[in-house]
Amino acid sequence: MTAVTDEILSFDEAMEKYDPVLGFEVHVELNTKTKMFSAAPNVFGDEPNTAVSPVDLGLPGVLPVVNKAAVEYSIMIGLALNCKIAESCFFARKNYFYPDTPKNFQTSQYEDPICYDGYLDIELEDGEVFRVEIERAHMEEDAGKLTHMGGATGRIQGAEYSLVDYNRAGVPLVEIVTKPIVGAGSRAPELARAYVAAIREIVKNLGVSDARMERGNVRCDANVSLMPKGTTEFGIRSETKNVNSLRSVERAVRFEIQRHAAVLDAGQKVTQETRHWHEDTRSTTSGRPKSDADDYRYFPEPDLVPVVTTPEWIEELRGRLPEPPAERRKRLKAAWGYSDAEFRDVVNAGVMDAIEDTIAAGASAAVARKWWMGEISRRAKEAEVDPVDVGVSPELIVELDKLVQAGKINDKLARQVLDGVLAGEGTPEEVIEKRGLAVVSDDGPLLEAIDAALAAQPDVAEKIRGGKVQAAGAIVGGVMKATRGQADAGRVRELIFERLGVQG
Amino acid sequence: MSELTRHSAARLAEMLAAKDVSSVEVTQAHLDRIAEVDGNVNAFLHVNTEEALAVAADVDKARAAGEELPVLAGVPIAIKDLIVTVGQPTTAGSRILEGWMSPYDATVIKKIRAAKMPMLGKTNLDEFAMGSSTEHSAYGPTRNPWDLGRIPGGSGGGSAAAVAAFEAPLALGTDTGGSIRQPASVTGSVGVKPTYGGVSRYGAIAMASSLDQIGPVSRTVLDSALLHEVIGGHDPHDSTSLTDPVGSLAEAARTGDVRGLRIGVVRELQGEGYDAGVQARFDESLELLRGAGAEIVEVSCPNFRYALGAYYLIMPSEASSNLAKFDGVRYGQRVLPADGPMTIERVMGATRAAGFGDEVKRRIILGTYALSAGYYDAYYGSAQKVRTLVQRDFDAAFAKADVLISPTAPTTAFKLGEKLDDPLAMYLNDVATIPANLAGVPGISVPGGLADGLPVGIQFLAPAREDARLYRAGHVLESLLEEKWGGPLLAQAPDLAAAETMSGAN
Amino acid sequence: MSEINREAVAHLARLAHIEMTDAELDRMAGELDVIVDSIKSVQEAAGDDVPATSHPIPLTNVFREDVVGETLTNEQALSGAPDSADGRFKVPAILDEE
Repeated sequence: MTAVTDEILSFDEAMEKYDPVLGFEVHVELNTKTKMFSAAPNVFGDEPNTAVSPVDLGLPGVLPVVNKAAVEYSIMIGLALNCKIAESCFFARKNYFYPDTPKNFQTSQYEDPICYDGYLDIELEDGEVFRVEIERAHMEEDAGKLTHMGGATGRIQGAEYSLVDYNRAGVPLVEIVTKPIVGAGSRAPELARAYVAAIREIVKNLGVSDARMERGNVRCDANVSLMPKGTTEFGIRSETKNVNSLRSVERAVRFEIQRHAAVLDAGQKVTQETRHWHEDTRSTTSGRPKSDADDYRYFPEPDLVPVVTTPEWIEELRGRLPEPPAERRKRLKAAWGYSDAEFRDVVNAGVMDAIEDTIAAGASAAVARKWWMGEISRRAKEAEVDPVDVGVSPELIVELDKLVQAGKINDKLARQVLDGVLAGEGTPEEVIEKRGLAVVSDDGPLLEAIDAALAAQPDVAEKIRGGKVQAAGAIVGGVMKATRGQADAGRVRELIFERLGVQG
Repeated sequence: MSELTRHSAARLAEMLAAKDVSSVEVTQAHLDRIAEVDGNVNAFLHVNTEEALAVAADVDKARAAGEELPVLAGVPIAIKDLIVTVGQPTTAGSRILEGWMSPYDATVIKKIRAAKMPMLGKTNLDEFAMGSSTEHSAYGPTRNPWDLGRIPGGSGGGSAAAVAAFEAPLALGTDTGGSIRQPASVTGSVGVKPTYGGVSRYGAIAMASSLDQIGPVSRTVLDSALLHEVIGGHDPHDSTSLTDPVGSLAEAARTGDVRGLRIGVVRELQGEGYDAGVQARFDESLELLRGAGAEIVEVSCPNFRYALGAYYLIMPSEASSNLAKFDGVRYGQRVLPADGPMTIERVMGATRAAGFGDEVKRRIILGTYALSAGYYDAYYGSAQKVRTLVQRDFDAAFAKADVLISPTAPTTAFKLGEKLDDPLAMYLNDVATIPANLAGVPGISVPGGLADGLPVGIQFLAPAREDARLYRAGHVLESLLEEKWGGPLLAQAPDLAAAETMSGAN
Repeated sequence: MSEINREAVAHLARLAHIEMTDAELDRMAGELDVIVDSIKSVQEAAGDDVPATSHPIPLTNVFREDVVGETLTNEQALSGAPDSADGRFKVPAILDEE
C-alpha cells in the first residue's frame, strides 16, 4: 500500500474553525530488575532471546507471578499524578493474536486499574498552566520485538518474513490514560509536547523508569479529534501511534489537527483508525481501521489474585516520593534568586541539579550559575558534550571559588587552574604552584605597573582625580595586561585610588 | 505378570525399605507389564525406560549405601501427558505439540524427582484434557481394562487405566471437571482432586486455570495419600498456590474410623439420571458407613443444577485464552496454508486448524463466544455468579456435614464411540464432579463395586483445605467394601494378558 | 434458540485464528447452538446482588520479590521453534498493518 498524501489545512485556518480535543495514552517501561510476571532480567540490548524464562516465551504450563516492585512503582506513579489508588484491583487478559505476544493475550488491567482519577498541571513555556485530567494508570506487560526482514525499509510492508525477540516480552509497563483534553486551542501541539515531557520527567524523577524515549521507555499514542467552534460534541478521533520523541508528539498532533480539519472542511467524516507517524515525512499514514477483530474478550486473569492496597502501604510509598519536579523548580528558583530568564536558561542547559549540588557543596547561587552557565557550558559546547559531562565536580568549583575569594587567583587565572586540574596536573593548589599562577600580591611591583599605566594615560588619571571613579577600569586593564593577569584586580583598584588620593 | 505389579505403592515402599526387592526389579516389572498389555490398553504415549531404570538404579545404590530416602523412593509412577517433563516429550494428547520437548520441569515433576520416584512414562488423555472418555486423544483412545471395548473415562483415562491394568502403582492426573475422579470411577481405581491451590499447577498445561488441579491416581486410598504428600505444598511459581502445610494425609487414611463423622448425602447428586446399578452400589456404601458409626444426613445443594452450565461457560472461556499460545510460532507444529498468501495470520489459522481436534475447536469457539463483546455479562458473568451460589450451597452443606457423598459418575463405562457424536451427552458425565471444581473443594473417588460387571465409583467431597477428611472417609469405605469382597475390586478385573490383541484400535 | 449461526461461528473462528471449511462451520454452528441452548439457564440463576467468583479460594497480594532468577539459554528458548534465524523466532510476513 502506498502512502496516500493527505490533504491538510493550514494550522491557523484549522484553529479558526475548530477546537481540538486531545487524549494521550503514554506507556512507561518500568526499570525494575525483573519482569512484570517472571524473574527474568529486565534489560535492554542483550543477545536476542536470552533474557527470557519459560514464562516470557509463553511455554505450555507456565504461570505468572506479580513483581512486587512493579506494583509499588505503579502506585508511586499514580501518587505523583495525584491519582486515587484502588483498594483492590485485579489483572485481566486482553486477547489478541500477534507474534510478538507470546501467549496471544496481554496480561493487563481492564475494569479496575490500580490508579485512577488524577491530574497533572502542565506549565507551558510562557507560564500558562493547563490541568490535564488523568483517567487511569494501569499495570501491564510489554510485548517482544519484531524485526521485519526482506522489505525495503525494515517496515512491515513488503517484508518477506519477521524475526521475533522476546527479551522485551513481559517488561513491566504502566499505561497512563488521560481524559479528553478540551480547551487547549492553538496551543494543543505545544501542550501535547509539554504533557509527555512532564510524564517523562516525573517517572525519571521517581526513579521508576529510565525514561529514555529513544529506547522506547516512554511511548506515546496521541488521540486527536476536532469540534467545530462553538459546539461541544466530540468528533471522531484518530489514534496516532509511534510518536517516540517530544518533537514528534508536537508535530504529530499539529499534523493530525490539520488533516482532520481538511477532511471536515471537505464535508467528509474522519475515519476512526490507527495512524502511524513518520518523522521523515512529518506526516501520518493510515493504519488499521477499527474492526470487529478488536474484540479483545477481556476477562479476569485466573492465574493471578487481586492486589489489595492498605492505607499504610500507600503512605509508605508516598513517603518514598521525591519532590515533584515542577514544585522543586519553583522552590529552587525562589531560593536562588534567579530571574525567569536566568532560571529557564539553567533548566534548558540541564544544569539545575549540578547547580544545586554546587550550592550544597558551599558555593553561592551566583557563583554556581556563573561557573555552570559560563566556563563549563563553554567547554561543553566545544567538546560537544553535556555540561555535567565536562568533568567538573561541585567540590572543584567551590575550591576554585575559595581561592578567588581569598585573592590568591582571579577569575582568569581560575580558568587556567581548571585547565591544569582537568589535565591531571593535581589539585588546584598544586596547579597554581606548578604553573606559577598565583596573583601578584606584593604591592611593590603593582605600584610600579600602576604608575606606568597612569603615566601612559594621563587624561584618564585626570578623570579619576576629578571623581569619575568608573574610569579606573582602563588603568586596571593596563595593569592587568602588564602583569599578564596575575594581579588581583580588586587590589589594583584600591591602589590606584590610593595613589590618586580619591575615595573608591 | 510379575506379582510385583499387584502390590500397592505403600507395600512396595515397605518391601524396598526392607531391601526385599530392588527398585530396578520393581521398575522393570512394570515396564514388562507395559510391554505386555499396553498394546491393548494404550495408556501410555511415551515409555521412559532408560531414565526410569537409571533412577531406580540410583535409588538402589543410595539405599545400599545406607542413605535416608523419601518414603516412596524407588516406587515407579506414570505421568499424565499434560504435565511438562524434561527429557520426555509432552504432547497434551494433541497433534499441535507432537514431538515437543519441554525445556523445564513442572513443579510436581521436580517433587517426583526429589522423591526419587522412577517415571515410567507419559499417559494418554483427551486432547488438552478436554473430554470424558480419552477418545479425544490425537493418539488413539485408551481402553478400559475391565472391558477393552469401553472407555476408561477422561480426560485422564491413560493414568487411570495404567494403574487399573497394573502398569503402574501410581500416576499423576489433572482434574478440571472430574478428569481424575471420573476415570477412577469407571476403572475401579482411586483418584483425588485436592483443594484448589493445594498442589502447584506450574507445568500443567492449562485448560481452565481457575478449575485445574493436579492430583494422585492409585489403586488404594493410602497410596493416593502418600503421593499427595509428595506433590502437595506451596509453590512460589503458582500465584494460586496455598501456603498451608500439606498435613498428614497418610495418617488420616490410617485412622480407620468414621464413628461420629457426619456424612452428607447430596440430594441433587443421585436419583434421576443415575443408572440403577450405580444408585444401588451407592446405597450399599451408605449402609456400610452407617453401620460403621457414621452419621448419615441429607443435604440439599439446589444451585448444583446450574453447575454444569456454568462449567461449560467458564471452562471454555478460560481454555479459549489458554490455548491461544499454540500458534506455530514458538514451539510445536507449524502448518502452512495450502494456497493463497503466506502471512503469519494464515499460518496461525492453518496450524490451529490442523493441530487441534474437533472437541478442542468446539470449546475454543464456545469460549470465544462466551467472552465476546455483548455476551460477556450474559454468559461468563452469569457463570461466575453461579460459582458463588455453588460455593454457598457447599458452605451450607458443610455446616451440616463433615464430608459429602455421591456417586462419582452417573453411569459406568460406556462403549467406545457411543457418545462421541453427542457432545452434550458426553458433558453430562461430569455432572457430579463439576461442583467441586467450581468451588475449589477437594474430592476423592473410591471403588464402590460393580454394576453389570463394570466398576462404580463413590465420591466424597470435603471443605476446602480439609483434604485429610477424604482420606479418612475414603479409606474406611475401602476397607469395609474390601472386607465384603474378600479383596480389592481390581482383583476381579479380567486378565488382560489373556485378551486378544486389539488391532486397528487407533 | 441462541444466536449461533454459521456467520457467527465464522466470526468466532476468525477471532480464534482457526481456519474452518464451510462444512465445519455448518456442523459447529449446529452443535454449539444445542450446547448454548442447554447451558444458558445460568442467566436466570443469580440476581444482581450475587457477586461473581473468579477464584475458588480467595487469596490476595501474592507477589514475587524483584530478584533475578533463572533464564533459558538462547538454545533452550529456540529448541522447540518451528523456524528460527539469528537467535530469533522466524515467522512469515505480517501484512495486516500499515
